[in-house]
Amino acid sequence: MATVNSEIDHLLRRAGFGVSALDVDIYRDMSHTRAVDYLVDYEGRPDDVDERIGRPDHALVATRDLFAPDIDIDDARQRWIFRMIHSRRPLQEKMAMFWHNHFATAYSKLAADSGERQAAKMLAHKPGALRGPQGQIELFRQYALGNFRDLLIQVAQDPAMLIWLDGKSNTKARPQENFGREIIELFTIGVGNYVESDVYAAARVFTGWNLRGSADYRQDEYGDLNAYQEFVYHADQHDTGDKTFSFPINTSGSRTIASRSESAGIQDGIELITALAIHPETGRRLARKFWNFFISEIHAPDPAFVESVTAVYLQSRTEIKPVIRHILTSPWFTNPAMQFARYSWPAEYVVRSIREVGWQNFSVDRARSPMAAMGQQLFEPPNVGGWPLGAAWFSTGTMLARTNFAATLAASQKAFLAATVAPLAQSPQALLDALLVRVTTAPLDSAPRQALMSYLAAAGSWTGGDEQLNTRAAGLARLLVGSAEYQLV
Amino acid sequence: MDLSRRLFIRHGVATVSLGIAAPSFLTAIAEAQGIRTRNLVVVYLGGGNDALNTLISYRDGAYYSRRPSIAVPAGQVLQVGSDAAGQPLGLHPRLGGLLNIFNEGRLALVQRAGYANSSRSHFEAGDIWGTANPQSSTGAGWLGRYLDALPRPLDALAAWNTTAETPRALISGTSGVPAIPNAGSYTYASPNRGVAALQERTAAQTMASNPANGRPHLAFVNSTARGAIETLDRVALATSYTPTVAYPDGGFADALQTVAGAIVRGIGSRVFWLQTGGYDTHASQGGAGGGAYANLMGALGDGLWAFYSDVRNQGLAGDTTVIVFSEFGRRISENGSAGTDHGAGGLMMVLGGSVRGGLHGTAASLAPGHPTLENNSGDVRYETDFRSVYARLLEEWLGVSSVPILGGDFRAGAPAIF
Repeated sequence: MATVNSEIDHLLRRAGFGVSALDVDIYRDMSHTRAVDYLVDYEGRPDDVDERIGRPDHALVATRDLFAPDIDIDDARQRWIFRMIHSRRPLQEKMAMFWHNHFATAYSKLAADSGERQAAKMLAHKPGALRGPQGQIELFRQYALGNFRDLLIQVAQDPAMLIWLDGKSNTKARPQENFGREIIELFTIGVGNYVESDVYAAARVFTGWNLRGSADYRQDEYGDLNAYQEFVYHADQHDTGDKTFSFPINTSGSRTIASRSESAGIQDGIELITALAIHPETGRRLARKFWNFFISEIHAPDPAFVESVTAVYLQSRTEIKPVIRHILTSPWFTNPAMQFARYSWPAEYVVRSIREVGWQNFSVDRARSPMAAMGQQLFEPPNVGGWPLGAAWFSTGTMLARTNFAATLAASQKAFLAATVAPLAQSPQALLDALLVRVTTAPLDSAPRQALMSYLAAAGSWTGGDEQLNTRAAGLARLLVGSAEYQLV
Repeated sequence: MDLSRRLFIRHGVATVSLGIAAPSFLTAIAEAQGIRTRNLVVVYLGGGNDALNTLISYRDGAYYSRRPSIAVPAGQVLQVGSDAAGQPLGLHPRLGGLLNIFNEGRLALVQRAGYANSSRSHFEAGDIWGTANPQSSTGAGWLGRYLDALPRPLDALAAWNTTAETPRALISGTSGVPAIPNAGSYTYASPNRGVAALQERTAAQTMASNPANGRPHLAFVNSTARGAIETLDRVALATSYTPTVAYPDGGFADALQTVAGAIVRGIGSRVFWLQTGGYDTHASQGGAGGGAYANLMGALGDGLWAFYSDVRNQGLAGDTTVIVFSEFGRRISENGSAGTDHGAGGLMMVLGGSVRGGLHGTAASLAPGHPTLENNSGDVRYETDFRSVYARLLEEWLGVSSVPILGGDFRAGAPAIF
């Protein structure tokens, strides 16, 4: 059984990656509020998921010659998919994905700049075996429900971001606008709340926020894996002049960052980031994104929700954890009309289907190429704006990629599915019911339900024998996971 | 000449038998829609193309003083003559393919295309070029509105998007445009074989045909599933095409080759959307000899030349028009990273066997203070409204009235590209 009740199932689709058979025991007796606390206060759960890679009762990873997720981007993708399937802290992975999209940074540009291994390391390095700062995704895990202002500062000093938005070459002689623009337009207050001169001023604020290589760093594929790049503040490259904005910079309402000495100039950036973080429009922008991520993509954000979430965000001084707890326990979230009112991201779809159908001898590597065809290759968002979400995930080509992944997964779980449903499959109707408990779709109208029954009837007189179950349970799983109803979460 | 007849003549019996059902079916649809055999291929250069280094004003001293490390030396540009204002111009040295088309009189270069108060945001600007409305970056796109205006029923493959995401320009009020980024993998898979797989496909098609009354979002997802199943066979026909020329390596050229296959096979698509990225050259864009921008130009020029040559060899150049654009031009002065930041007026290119080639509009004069500049002389001021080029494409190529589609009359002052 992989359903608890409609309320908890909804919560786990949104704050996690769906309900696996193992979750039923955990959540069976929990109230909604208790389940929210269990998900949000995830520090109480062990962060042991990486240690479980390779364990027999888990999904597999493909080890080409060596599994090296700290320095190989495809292995990093495998590790992340594995984590989404098996983490005891699903909300942490979900929020890491949210921030990965919000601060969308793509591997390919980093690889062109610093080589493939250093690029993978900048995105996915988990400190331990190698020297150097943690990868960007580890930053997003660390700050998954952390303080947004602090996260912005970390992102502004993140080596991957310094390459991605060219901050590494932002100097006072020639200010570089790329990061200065996007931190305002995309990471915080958004279009309509700033003017072009703000971008030019922001570029000057971040002059000198550059990158340096460790002593053993070489810009090629054969350098020491322990070598790394890290943030450096080059005081002599900082523009020390005043910077004036169209929005308030401090609580007194001043719109100017006053001139500072070179050595103190790094404070300009902290001051601007703080101003942007506590700007109410940043709260509203995040609230609208959270609405789409947690509540609905088919209902426009309720203005009352936006104001309510913004108020919590500002009162908590940009802490995200109270914001998410507030959202998940709010009447907007628990409104039954919001169930299945989002379009699943490819990562959500793939991971949920694996968790619901099964992962016996299934390597997560087999999800990588299909996810790219569905439009979401992890660590490779199309641009700094992130992936086009909602209905934009769906087109004939991406839908075909989804249904074809359903076929791949169902084919791999044929024997497992047949064995699992055998005791329940006395009739075609009983088989369908058993699979619908396992694989939870948005409500099926009678026409698609009838099509599924016709598919089972086409097997001939029902015996429930191995041959029939091998074929029809897998075929049914493919039809359900590949249905439009299943794409909604 | 109808489609099946043209297929027959150009490819002989083998091709027709391969697509035995498709041509007659398509002819019926084509006749019902009054579609002429005119193909529009839209190429979007994502990121903001540095137009000043695509078409180079190589006698302008300010071009060299403001771009000390990325300017292309005058001796290396591919000269294309002088514009109406007498400014000598040259293409980037890696655009030899486009020079060939220009010299055949089939490449129109529309300088300083854009609109007033150009957005410097990738996303807003890209959407504005999509909606064709500088006041609104949301809602349906200009090509989507063109599709909306076609007679019903609309062929599911009337337009073909070669990227995974639907661009703003193709967003339609009535129909989803198929996205087929990889035509080779556009096939239907099943966990079973034989009759069980066929029964499964039938069930999938029936499920996807459910109108899902009261749940428009579900109906929309169903429409994409249904569209996929309905278009599989014709897409396979396009991918079976063997081109007449060798296309260069790379995703852009691959997409062009697939488009050529769809056009030559006559599968019914009339509007194609292609996208190639990497144009957001904030850093290390390089000068003439090499570097990121030169590679972009090489891929663009070589790809388009292969495509143009291929369709010309098939006798279809006159049926095919390609339009190339980007969301904005870039800053005139290079930045400290030997790159360029977001700017304003850009370059549109239109090519094809029916295009009247040549230089349209006038180059900006890049010395500070000149009225062809804006933003404290940081950027190029637009001269030709991009919507006037859309208007001419709609009116003279696609054969529809541009005014309702563009929400205004932009025909006046449109460059004479046909």
